[in-house]
Amino acid sequence: MTHVGIAPVELERPEADSITAPDTPWITIVWNDPVNLMSYVTYVFMTYFGYSKEKAAKLMTDVHVQGRAVVSSGSREEMERDVTAMHSYGLWATLQKDD
Amino acid sequence: MGVHGFRRTARSRIVLRTDDMERGLLRELVRQLVGLVTPDEDPFGADPDPLAAMVGIDPFAERPEDPALHRLFPDAYTDDEEAAGEFRRFTERSLRETKLANAQTVLDTLERSGSKIVVSDGEAAAWLGTLNDLRLTLASRIGLDEDNHEAFYALPESDPAFAMFHIYDWFTFLQETLVNALTGLRSEPLAADDD
Repeated sequence: MTHVGIAPVELERPEADSITAPDTPWITIVWNDPVNLMSYVTYVFMTYFGYSKEKAAKLMTDVHVQGRAVVSSGSREEMERDVTAMHSYGLWATLQKDD
Repeated sequence: MGVHGFRRTARSRIVLRTDDMERGLLRELVRQLVGLVTPDEDPFGADPDPLAAMVGIDPFAERPEDPALHRLFPDAYTDDEEAAGEFRRFTERSLRETKLANAQTVLDTLERSGSKIVVSDGEAAAWLGTLNDLRLTLASRIGLDEDNHEAFYALPESDPAFAMFHIYDWFTFLQETLVNALTGLRSEPLAADDD
């Protein structure tokens, strides 16, 4: 197929990646603890993140079995918001740079 | 204690049957939680910064020494003490207020209820949060962990941790049944709304 656009596509792209998101990605980690119920943790993931029951249950299982799970990723500000929310539900959560 | 859990009735209400002792116990422990979560002093008393107060910044928020409080307000960063402190100053006050608002909702529900407690879905969410905070606090106080539940079940009644553990166990049951009532995660037949 012949490209007929008037703007040269290649010229629109360069350098955008490094400019838009210098701060990403950060991740929110939820840690296992002996108190929080599996059903409650699943409920929190569904309620706060809007995850499907299947995805929420899978993340809950990861927390329980592996001791931790990455539950969200994004900018540092977004992750601080998620961690605050997890703490308000009583889940043990931290954020860090995803390296 | 613990005969009745929360259930969703056929008319879609969330109901808990209680006796006087259970309601008294709930009230007492939620009040203790309020006492624990309420900040000790007004950080703006001496040198008030109205803007900081308005947006909920606590310039003196520190990592709590009490392990139960530390579990309710954990560090947000594991490897960066400075960032963890900064995060705490900016968020802990509003986090405390969220927990206090949940607790107040529970107290209000208890206040208006007799043996039958009926909660809306919104109130149920507050109840879940408070039950969880109470369980975290009790578990921290008695040293409950992943592997020692059995040992706690075997405690003699004379042991100081006996009552705390059984209250913890009851709260666990209440929280579990409330999650199920709220989400319908368990597909058992709806209870008749006969009472």
